[in-house]
Amino acid sequence: MAKKLIIEHLNAWFGNVQALKDINLDIEENGVTAVIGPSGCGKTTFVRCLNRIHEVVDNAKVNGSVLLDGENIYSNTMDPVLVRRRIGMVFQKPNPFPSMSIFENVAAGIRLNGSKKKNEIADRVEKSIKMSALWDEVKDKLYKSATALSGGQQQRLCIARTIAIEPEVILMDEPASALDPISTARIEELIQQIKERYTIVIVTHNMQQAARVSDYTGFFLLGELIEFNKTSDIFTNPKDKKTEDYITGRFG
Amino acid sequence: MNSFSYLKRRILNRFMLFLSYGSAAFGVVILFLILSYIIIKGASSINLDFFIKLPKPTGETGGGIANAIVGSFIVVGIASLIAIPVGVMSGIYLAEFGKNKFASLIRYFADVMNGIPSIVTGIVAYVFVVVPMHGFSALAGGIALSIMMIPIITRTSEELIKMVPDTIREAGLALGIPQWKVILFIVLRTASTGIVTGIMLAVARVGGETAPLLFTAFNNSFMSFRLDQPISTMTVLIYNYASSPYPDWNAIAWGSAFVLIIIVLVVNILSKMFTNTKYSL
Repeated sequence: MAKKLIIEHLNAWFGNVQALKDINLDIEENGVTAVIGPSGCGKTTFVRCLNRIHEVVDNAKVNGSVLLDGENIYSNTMDPVLVRRRIGMVFQKPNPFPSMSIFENVAAGIRLNGSKKKNEIADRVEKSIKMSALWDEVKDKLYKSATALSGGQQQRLCIARTIAIEPEVILMDEPASALDPISTARIEELIQQIKERYTIVIVTHNMQQAARVSDYTGFFLLGELIEFNKTSDIFTNPKDKKTEDYITGRFG
Repeated sequence: MNSFSYLKRRILNRFMLFLSYGSAAFGVVILFLILSYIIIKGASSINLDFFIKLPKPTGETGGGIANAIVGSFIVVGIASLIAIPVGVMSGIYLAEFGKNKFASLIRYFADVMNGIPSIVTGIVAYVFVVVPMHGFSALAGGIALSIMMIPIITRTSEELIKMVPDTIREAGLALGIPQWKVILFIVLRTASTGIVTGIMLAVARVGGETAPLLFTAFNNSFMSFRLDQPISTMTVLIYNYASSPYPDWNAIAWGSAFVLIIIVLVVNILSKMFTNTKYSL
């Protein structure tokens, strides 16, 4: 399989605190890569570095390189806006635009990225909502406020919104941690359905979830990547003692 | 020991509650008194002529304040045209890019400007607009009022834009939307109901100002639509007529006060209705 993202010597800081230390990792195209680790280990910072949203925060710094199809997204000539169109992101807490309807939420990315054709927008919105397994629940209330949806529906709406801009990679930062078990199961199902088309990187607290949905897993601890391997190997035959301790529940 | 302190706390609670209710009631009663007095005194002078006729010279009965109503709308309109864009854009700057010394300075000046007596604003507009233009004008009045509106709109816009959570900004940026579009079409839209309320309140506030207009817009007994000429406004008319010795002029002043209060009330209610519409924060 091809390598979609190649991360080399990635370091990240918040002010003087180093959140990521020399991360090296390859992300396979059309695979699901899970990032696990205890709270504060840098896994969220890691995915936020992959679409250059980390640098939006005050005092946040990054160095190192992230190659997207061989092109460094941190090179001086790379426009972060264009990077983010190719690498979408779903956040931990569902964050639909509160002032917009369900339809407008999904259309926002398409419209504000310059496409004006009404039919095309409507088509892409419908396609994206269908792909996010939300269509049957919202098709009769597309013009109602997005904030009236349940948490799980809002999160699928956020996934639809991300899919609508047709990215190549989708980053998911604990997309199900704020949801109930049924909504979580639906999100996991959804990940399985869309992974043929996208490269997915998912951060999760939940090791069972990582085991269920991912092909590859990276274990982070205190800002370092301890181990990275096929998910089956990580969970059945961890090479590092710390990984083993974590997945067997001895800390974290 | 315990039951005693519980009793004490309950009595103290009652007393404090009584104080708060009492203070609230005091404010409401005063407002009610002012309103009812103006309605009683003013409503009797109101008829159709009051809205469509011009003021009559001293001694003649009847007449209306059509020129002053039109004038007030023109002057407040000019002020809004200047103050809304400047105020909202300053608010965006302070909220989105305002983490530096320059922004703190702007914020500080806006707060100071909010506290400047309105008569001083009038003098400033007199010196910088009326004197160079060699005469009183509707434009000068509008500029004077806009000076009062800008800091109000700036600070309310800033506060409301800041209330939009960063997760919304990140959601927009993560969709590959450029920052200026995120601010203009997502953040501002999320805050828009509140900003419109702030603008309406600022309009209502300066609509009732007299002092800044006394030596800027001045006065005019005739209907005028010209921006470079003196213009009549309801507040200045009230000021002149209320302090005149003629009872029928006093009555017109009461009537104008009534109309002005109704307009301010309507603007306030409209702003409230706007805030309650769907999709607000």
